[in-house]
Amino acid sequence: MSVQHFIPQTYTPQAFHRQAHEALDDPQIRANFRRAMDGLITKRRDVFSDWDLEALRELGANIRLRALAKLPDLLEQLEANCQANGIRVHWAENGEAACRIIRELCEARGAKSVIKGKSMVSEEMHLNAHLEEAGIEALESDLGEYLVQLNEQTPSHIIMPAIHLNTDEISEILHDKTGTERTRDVDYMTAAARAQLRERFMAADVGISGVNFAVAETGTLCLVENEGNGRMTTTVPPVHIAVTGIEKVVEHLRDVPPLYALLTRSATGQHVTTYFNMISSPRKPGEHDGPEEVHLVLVDNGRSGIYQDNELLDTLRCIRCGACMNHCPVYTRVGGHTYGTTYPGPIGKILMPHMLGLEATKDLPTASSLCGACGEVCPVKIPIPDLLVRLRKESVGEGRGNVPGAGVKRSRKELLAWKGWQWLATHPAAWRGSTVIAGKLRALTPAKLGPWTEYRTAPKPAKVSLHALVKAHREELAGEGRS
Amino acid sequence: MSAREIILKRLRERSDGPLQAPQSDFTVVTGRGWSPQERLERFERLITSVHGEVIHTTHAEWTKRLIELLAAKSIRRLALGHEHPVPVAARTALRNQGVELVDVDRDIEDWKREQFETVDAGLTSTGGAIAETGSLWLWPSPDEPRLISLVPPVHIAVLDADAIEDTFFDVIETHGWAGGMPTNALLISGPSKTADIEQTLAYGVHGPRELVVLIRHQREAT
Repeated sequence: MSVQHFIPQTYTPQAFHRQAHEALDDPQIRANFRRAMDGLITKRRDVFSDWDLEALRELGANIRLRALAKLPDLLEQLEANCQANGIRVHWAENGEAACRIIRELCEARGAKSVIKGKSMVSEEMHLNAHLEEAGIEALESDLGEYLVQLNEQTPSHIIMPAIHLNTDEISEILHDKTGTERTRDVDYMTAAARAQLRERFMAADVGISGVNFAVAETGTLCLVENEGNGRMTTTVPPVHIAVTGIEKVVEHLRDVPPLYALLTRSATGQHVTTYFNMISSPRKPGEHDGPEEVHLVLVDNGRSGIYQDNELLDTLRCIRCGACMNHCPVYTRVGGHTYGTTYPGPIGKILMPHMLGLEATKDLPTASSLCGACGEVCPVKIPIPDLLVRLRKESVGEGRGNVPGAGVKRSRKELLAWKGWQWLATHPAAWRGSTVIAGKLRALTPAKLGPWTEYRTAPKPAKVSLHALVKAHREELAGEGRS
Repeated sequence: MSAREIILKRLRERSDGPLQAPQSDFTVVTGRGWSPQERLERFERLITSVHGEVIHTTHAEWTKRLIELLAAKSIRRLALGHEHPVPVAARTALRNQGVELVDVDRDIEDWKREQFETVDAGLTSTGGAIAETGSLWLWPSPDEPRLISLVPPVHIAVLDADAIEDTFFDVIETHGWAGGMPTNALLISGPSKTADIEQTLAYGVHGPRELVVLIRHQREAT
């Protein structure tokens, strides 16, 4: 078998076009994603078949909107209730500050070894690299994340991090890095990873996890998972640090069941995940397991900026299910790494420009046919296509300037062309005159028009314009009527 | 200003002004109106669809079924509590049955490796179950700690048939969870699993490979 697909590579959003071409030229990548996404689309459809899906999506959207409307109050309430329960709360303006807080918490315990549950926020702030630099080993324990980390890659999907790898490739990675037998036996590979990671759970000084929902009313952190690594991470080590974006808070405990129902069904087509883990305090006196210390790190990292704008605000409703990427015709063809950002696919395209700026991510909002599938499947009804259009406007300086790097794609030539077009289209006499001239000069139309003509023939004005044809036809009819 | 103050100030002084919070209508997640029989069937169908095993028994007979189950699965060392009526009855029934009963009322630091490597199964009570998703709910306690439903390769859970409710929302509301959450509350729906290797399901990746639910009925099922 070939091993070329998992040579570690650094992907960047700036190189989106080159990366997209490389992915499209790689039949393995395309096959892996196509197969996986087709399966997920079918499973999602089946699992919602006996639900009033529209009513559930409406409720989900409504719960998230309510949480965002009350966000500052809910964050304070969450903090107060967590603290009353014995959970220590920390605030971080950006990823760097969050990394520093977590590193200091680890150092205060003299921690050398950290075990991690899946957390996209920790990916967003490159926590593992930060801890490694400080001499603290951070090991991923979600099987997909573990494989991706062994292979020195990043996740290619927010729910299924190793979806870009097939069984043979995974067998090769495990053989190379951990000395297991080469095999296609998934049970053997899973058992091998179980044995390797159990040692690490026992030895870890600190467990770090993400949060799916943080409940303000009770000070409860909810974690959704199938493997049990999240429960291990949050129960076995003496310290648990949970890290989350500030938008993950919900007001009431009863807000959780609808969002959980939407999340599992939208993400993987499951009625429910194996575990729903609700943590409200560290180990209490008399209890025999669970961490002595629990910390919650609330990370802003651009979110309060998104929060300012009524339209962009909808980005923060996201519950990170990945349904938008599963249904995206672009994502399915180019895969997750092509985007070069922590969050790939449609949600990445509307979120990452706020975190990295439009200078770096200017190609992402345009990497879409605006087919609308992402908006249609979104469990909390984020109007993703509208937000893509908004970011396109922002990137050419025609928006409200509320996104970092707004106006980066503004071009005098393009602007002039559109102004001219607008003037022509609103002045009928000039328009007619120009179509006559275009018809006469059609032989001079260039055959190459940049990227447009890479896969298409260049457009050529007709000899006679449609207006002229209709006019002639009408005159002919009128002439027949007279005779 | 601290990071906390800066973040809260930015959120409060929102440039597009304050937001209106909508009201929520929860009817879509409640009011199923299932009969006890429908609840039971649905729970069983869903939990077995994700590799859970179900054994029907009665309050009078369940410990006999437990003994048979332990023998069938060659379970020699069983971890269980001391105080809850479920482990109390199990301890009585398992006296002189050749199964070693492992005490769990010890701090995990004192027996981490023992629990991870030498316990064959954990037995726990449950708070109840959810028919809609085939889920058990547990509130671990000092008597039945968090890890005994996770670390041993087999988890045996004892559920009363009349403790199955319709939906997760109903459980939270009926039992007033928002009024006081425990250190840890859990929904468990099947044994540990993963599909991270090319979407192929594999069980027991980190937690138990097997989950057996002993459902206790008031009397013999007809």
